[in-house]
Amino acid sequence: MTGADVLFGVFAALACGGAIGVAACRSVARMAFALVVCLSAVAGLFFLLNAPLVGATQLIVYVGGTVVLLIFGVMLTDAGVGRRMKIGLLETIFTTLVAAGLLAALGWTAVGLGRAIPGPPTFAEDRTEVAAATPDTLRPVGLKFLGFGGASRTGFLLPFEIISVHLLVVLIGAAYLARAKRRVDPEADATRDTASDVSGANP
Amino acid sequence: MTGYLIVSAVLLTCGVVCMATKRNAVGVLMGVELALNAASVNFVAAAEFGPPAAPVQSVAGDALGIGLDGQIAALFVIVLAAAEAAVALAIVLAFFNQHGTADVDAASELRG
Repeated sequence: MTGADVLFGVFAALACGGAIGVAACRSVARMAFALVVCLSAVAGLFFLLNAPLVGATQLIVYVGGTVVLLIFGVMLTDAGVGRRMKIGLLETIFTTLVAAGLLAALGWTAVGLGRAIPGPPTFAEDRTEVAAATPDTLRPVGLKFLGFGGASRTGFLLPFEIISVHLLVVLIGAAYLARAKRRVDPEADATRDTASDVSGANP
Repeated sequence: MTGYLIVSAVLLTCGVVCMATKRNAVGVLMGVELALNAASVNFVAAAEFGPPAAPVQSVAGDALGIGLDGQIAALFVIVLAAAEAAVALAIVLAFFNQHGTADVDAASELRG
């Protein structure tokens, strides 16, 4: 029972609890808070998995950006901090059955895979073995992103550029889609025509 | 490895339950984010615990893992999830302007 095991237990409990909270809560605001807890715990799991770059990106982009965007969605659509949407009893029972079956299948697969794949490196007394078991991954991942693949000589420069352009296009498209449209309303049209006749302004 | 895979399984199950049962469009989006994170956890766990990645000339019969490419896949998942959330929010806003509600059951124009 090392410190890493304790930390893994804490983060795993937080992640699973947050996910169950997102699935169980009826209020959308509570769901958003549970999602923040869950994603932060997943970032902690990434740090435990010797992936500091992924963990930091998860905290900055996901928790700091995507979830905030979702909360904006909650507020802008008036989804209601207090409004609750009920589902029927039959749907609840059916969903519970399907979820239990899915969880059982995935858990069975996970246990089998965990037996097939050797576990984490054992932390021996020898420091050199520890250093060899947990190499620094930050620099290799960054180099791979910029096209220096290390041993296999294949990098990810082209996908990196593609997702950057993709992100730009997507944000422009989202801004275009979400622009404020005027309601088509004959009375408003009439008032706007008279207003433009008076002021010459063209909204 | 088993613990991480089980956490990922729980996350994916909760995400699927969210997508299936939430009547609010934003709730469905949160379910999608949970499922994407489950995939990310699997990728990074495979990068850490799996067999090493392929060298330049792999020996036939060796089990080859993904190595650091798992972390890069997780990074791509994070970035594309941000893009997906932006577009989905725009679509939800347009839907809300059309229907005056974020209830996905209101989108019934295409029902036969």
